Amino acid sequence: MVRDVAVIAFAQMPNVRAETVLNEVEMLMPVIHDVRQRAGLDQQQIGFTCSGSTDYLSGQAFSFVSTLDGVGPWPPIQESHVEMDGAWALYEAWVKLQLGDLDTALVYCYSKSAPGPLQEVLSRQLDPYHVAPLWPDAISLAALQTRSLLDAGKATEADFAEVVARSRRNAMDNPNAQLAWDRAEADLLAEEPMVDPLRKHDCPPISDGASAVILAAGDRARELCARPAWIRGIDHRIEPMALGLRDLTVSASTRLAGEKAGVGGAPMDVAELHAPFSPQELILRDALGLGDHDNVNPSGGALAANPMMVAGLTRIGEVAQRIIDGTAMRGVAHATSGPCLQQNLVTVLEGDPT
Amino acid sequence: MSKDRVAVVGIGQTKHQATRGDVSMAGLVREAASRALTDAGMTWSDIDAVVVGKAPDFFEGVMMPELYLADALGANGKPLFRVHTAGSVGGSTAIVAAQLVQAGIHERVLTVAFEKQSESDAMWALSMPIPFQPPLHAGAGGYFAPHIRSYMARSQAPDHIGILVALKDRTNALKNPYAHLHDHEISFDSIKDSMMLWDPVRYAETCPSSDGACAMVLASEAVADRAEGPVAWIKGTAMRSEPTMSADRDPVLPRGGSDCAADVYRQAGITDPRREVDCVEMYVPFSWFEPMWLENLHFAPSGEGWKYVEDGVTQMDGDLPVNMSGGVLSSNPIGASGMLRFAEAALQVRGQAGEHQIDGARTAVGHAYGGGSQFFAMWVVGSEKP
Repeated sequence: MVRDVAVIAFAQMPNVRAETVLNEVEMLMPVIHDVRQRAGLDQQQIGFTCSGSTDYLSGQAFSFVSTLDGVGPWPPIQESHVEMDGAWALYEAWVKLQLGDLDTALVYCYSKSAPGPLQEVLSRQLDPYHVAPLWPDAISLAALQTRSLLDAGKATEADFAEVVARSRRNAMDNPNAQLAWDRAEADLLAEEPMVDPLRKHDCPPISDGASAVILAAGDRARELCARPAWIRGIDHRIEPMALGLRDLTVSASTRLAGEKAGVGGAPMDVAELHAPFSPQELILRDALGLGDHDNVNPSGGALAANPMMVAGLTRIGEVAQRIIDGTAMRGVAHATSGPCLQQNLVTVLEGDPT
Repeated sequence: MSKDRVAVVGIGQTKHQATRGDVSMAGLVREAASRALTDAGMTWSDIDAVVVGKAPDFFEGVMMPELYLADALGANGKPLFRVHTAGSVGGSTAIVAAQLVQAGIHERVLTVAFEKQSESDAMWALSMPIPFQPPLHAGAGGYFAPHIRSYMARSQAPDHIGILVALKDRTNALKNPYAHLHDHEISFDSIKDSMMLWDPVRYAETCPSSDGACAMVLASEAVADRAEGPVAWIKGTAMRSEPTMSADRDPVLPRGGSDCAADVYRQAGITDPRREVDCVEMYVPFSWFEPMWLENLHFAPSGEGWKYVEDGVTQMDGDLPVNMSGGVLSSNPIGASGMLRFAEAALQVRGQAGEHQIDGARTAVGHAYGGGSQFFAMWVVGSEKP
């Protein structure tokens, strides 16, 4: 039996190309304070704390240890950390609340993607013996995926331009977006490819960012929030890393996670998909049965800001915030990790009927 | 809400050694995981989810290596999760895996922890600048030596206690075929005469750098009830964290460790750990941490931990055997070291610890710590269903 757990508060910092003044702890602290204030909880009232980050972006082993100091874990707290996007930290916290001993959880994530050469850093994720020595960059890998999508006749470059134009136009209404503009699709298509067939605008910006969520269970959620965003289903799945083992034109792991999370149960008012490259939105729409849904990535998605380790949790937060605000009743959020959508997490959120 | 019961039904580990040059990272984790599956009488397709843990990715030079290892760990189409909580990670990883079963989400979870330290130089990866402190320490021993000095001053412990712990653990390791260090010539004097590294910690009182992996299959009550051999029932799990720097904290006897122990004993219904626990695997990377943790985990009164060591209480034939496997002092694949403690506790209550078995062990504690003595993970396992 699943215990009702909801997102009751969400906060994020405005995404920027490079936060050069503040360190990671200083960058994260206002977000933590903001989300705790929104929930009306101080750290000692929070049952479980879980964070997501990666040492490879900080350039230092055990980097999460410093940020935990900023949270104020005294007296000692129940806490954990995942070397994954914050969306998976939320998953661990959701599991913890399922056990029934604790009623609230703080989930946070942060990264500076900007200080190192991100494309080179991400290549350190690949098979260390056979692939990483070749230093393939994430854009080239996404370009291979895009090429297979085009070759399969499943999408056109005009489809990509539609995703880009809509996402960046949506981002104009998102105060936390890093990249927002209004340009005609024809203009976009007139640009030269950067890594063929991807044009520069098909790629996400490099972003520094942080976000945080408070979860609460059952009656505690109702006490703390007028309109909790209930997690109706959450699941994550992985595929082999090797590109040759996968059909890159589909996302089998997203489809499976979506089924387990109950995506098909009822219509969605909103979807936030973590698609760093524009063609990936089309693959994810297909995997989640969203077809030509007219409210995908109202925040602008990862094309508006793509802080590594953060963009996934932010998708959950963006959907939850709309339910908390009362502008949406039901939504789906998606997070991804690894090259070419290797690992995917899907969350279905729902408000109480008004 | 009631938690589902969980049991350890399969355990596997690699031979730990300085360099496992015969296998890739994938081969290393596969070796431990395959042994755990065989022990559980299962195949890869029986597993619902995989939970991986390891210490900093810089130790191997691969960012989030679980992504690359998904294939080797049979995780295709399954949930794969990666935990990292510093040195306590092997324990935390087992706890996160256990919670998936406790919550009723999965029935059979494979959990794996590893480190392949030979791929890089962990000592320097562990020598991070600490804000507001002069960058004087090299390696974790440099960080912890002042804590040990403080313990010696407070408890008036004599200098040779650390040597006794090292002698016991390295001697126990001779009974464990998987242990990294097998020094058949070890003696009190050979430890005493070894090089002083971080006063008062000598070379022979320090953990080695190891390549190695540990894996366990955790299963629901329904699955465990059908197991052919004995299983280890999880009677309690707990984690605590505290800051690196806080005016209130005592890094020698940290409150987080004490709270963690109190929580896990309460869950397991243990009121007098010294009497009710049959054996303990605790995370002792430097010899002196045994007496310190004996006190921190409520086995010995404050200031008395070293007397247990001196009196032989923690020997294989003592009242409260500690680190029967040889402990971290004999094998230290860092990310796996916590899980090895948890796994040894489970082996003991299953009666399958071979030459390092404590006769009649029914209740055992596994303990791991990390960071600047600030992250703690513990479990209590028993031979009887809770």
